[in-house]
Amino acid sequence: MSKCRSFAVVAVCFLLAAPAVAGERHLGLGRAASPAEIAGWDIDVRPDGQGLPVGKGSVRQGEEVYMTRCAACHGEFGESAGRWPQVAGGTGSLSSDDPVKTVGSYFPYLSSAFDYVRHAMPFGDAQSLSNDELYAVVAYVLFLNDIVDEKFVLSRDTFAQVKMPNQAGFYDDDRETAEKPFWNAKPCMKDCKPPVTITGRARVIDVTPDDKAARHGAD
Amino acid sequence: MDDDNESKPIPSRRRFLSGAAGLSGAALVGGAARAENLKNLPPNVPEWTRALGDGVAVRPYGHPSKYEANVIRRDVSWLTASKESSVSFTPLHALDGIITPSGLCFERHHSGIAEIDPEDYRLIIHGLVDKPLIYTLADLKRFPRVNRIYVLECAANSGMEWRGAQLNGCQYTHGMVHCVEYTGVPLRVLLAEAGVKGSAKWLLAEGADAAAMSRSIPLEKALDDCLVATHMNGEMLRPEQGYPARLVVPGWEGNVWVKWLRRLKLGDEPWFAREETSKYTDLMADGRARRFTYVMDAKSVITSPSPQAPVRAKGFTVISGLAWSGRGKVKRVDVSLDGGRNWREARIDGLVLDKACVRFYAETDWNGEELLLQSRAIDETGYVQPTKTELRKIRGANSVYHNNGIQTWLVKRDGEVENVEVS
Ligand code: HEC
Repeated sequence: MSKCRSFAVVAVCFLLAAPAVAGERHLGLGRAASPAEIAGWDIDVRPDGQGLPVGKGSVRQGEEVYMTRCAACHGEFGESAGRWPQVAGGTGSLSSDDPVKTVGSYFPYLSSAFDYVRHAMPFGDAQSLSNDELYAVVAYVLFLNDIVDEKFVLSRDTFAQVKMPNQAGFYDDDRETAEKPFWNAKPCMKDCKPPVTITGRARVIDVTPDDKAARHGAD
Repeated sequence: MDDDNESKPIPSRRRFLSGAAGLSGAALVGGAARAENLKNLPPNVPEWTRALGDGVAVRPYGHPSKYEANVIRRDVSWLTASKESSVSFTPLHALDGIITPSGLCFERHHSGIAEIDPEDYRLIIHGLVDKPLIYTLADLKRFPRVNRIYVLECAANSGMEWRGAQLNGCQYTHGMVHCVEYTGVPLRVLLAEAGVKGSAKWLLAEGADAAAMSRSIPLEKALDDCLVATHMNGEMLRPEQGYPARLVVPGWEGNVWVKWLRRLKLGDEPWFAREETSKYTDLMADGRARRFTYVMDAKSVITSPSPQAPVRAKGFTVISGLAWSGRGKVKRVDVSLDGGRNWREARIDGLVLDKACVRFYAETDWNGEELLLQSRAIDETGYVQPTKTELRKIRGANSVYHNNGIQTWLVKRDGEVENVEVS
């Protein structure tokens, strides 16, 4: 520690020697963020509505926003145009061989959809919707999923009324109990199973890129 | 340069995939190695031994040899609707050691690459803190920093393989992984500057890209080993990897390692953002889904031989692969030549680090018989990489994410390798 002479070097030595107490000493770097600076970027919304902006929008207004700003990719009914994500439908499909995850069938909270559209949509023109347009278009996506009726107006006040169908469909990571048998530090090394047979081959359903000839209708 | 194969486009698929020049020697199988040019072989003296080559600084930022031009990230164009929300894969089959070259680290962008002017970079820390702060990049670079090598694996790595063997190449089956050295500021040091309130339990991390990609992270993890990194492999982060600053969340799925980090908000509950509800949740057979499955379990893959790296000669053969665990150090890797019936311990060579890749080797004499190659990783917590069958028994086949099942490669008599599943 004899090298810890200058102020900066002392700080480094101190932090490395006792990382858990790094916070005990302020380095005084950076500056206070102003409320206006924060407000411009503070766009997250939680399930309890914390973070919702002021504004409102009806299903009807949302239809217009949706048709001009969203439908080209997501389809007029949310069914997807081409290979863009489907945002409506899929109800009852989650335990099938072909689960269709959409706002209506899978999203647990309205905030998960609202917050996402606010962050990222329309794709390629993010954060371009006004707050009223945002409320309206999300209301319309709910309508496309039969979650609200055509008279619904979404706002900070009505937000909590919306219950998403799949809210109870999630549970926290339980691998450490549900997959406990995988913690088996002494796995079999010899004659662990009968001689093996091949049960599946990539070639049968070859989707390898750069090998179009061998690909069977992958597009 | 009058001839010959060197300058012609490589025509066949096999050549395309295997890329590099072939081995000389008698027992070539798998054929199709690039032809040698006798003019360059002893007793002749090749051109490069006679003439001057490029001088210094002709290549001010060096590139790999032109003969390695096939060793690149590749995407699967039909997988996604747009290149901006898509993925390209690390060419694992052509790499060795544990460090992934920066330019070959796989990409997963949700709205393309944000090209951030470092002068205009800002990081805001706010929410349940005593003093909301804003940092410039210059501020970040003044903090005490640490160097750590970590693996980053996308939760969707091998996601195409849940239902059965699908993509024929370990670049595509396993290439959403990379392992690099980061230089960064411990996140807890940055947070302490703002003063985290006692009521804070969660951290929201948000990117500055056009998806403003955001994820919730438990405060406990944030204060443990996370970093805000500015450098990878000694140089500033590549734009594709979040220039000028990204979050490093050791052992956890790549999606939470938010790139182009612009905002950290402290809160008392998770946000349930779209990327931790609609995506990055693991749908089980009963239609319910696991959420917050952050940790990447132990996994390994044989990178060579593999479909893009066929065996070219009988005789002494090195089987080589990568293993990692998000729960700690890799303790052991086993290799099987008969589809998991019998196993032997592989040789791990090089660094064995916490939540990083290890490189393993198993040497064998190959006499041209069919092999069913598998590897299985065991980490220091005693977790043993499961078979795909074992995984499906618990999770079904709709999970998309977190497929760490054992991979099988069939080595055929001609040395070609195919992605298969076995009983
Ligand atoms: C240019 C095409 C395009 C347009 C226009 C567009 N989107 Fe999207 N949308 C996408 C893509 C691509 C994604 C997925 C992005 C990703 O996963 O990284 C997406 C995802 C979504 C999702 C999440 C779907 C899920 O299951 O997680 C919602 C909701 C959504 N968009 C709503 C909208 C709304 C509302 C609009 C109009 C305001 C809109 N989008 C306009 C392309 C588009």
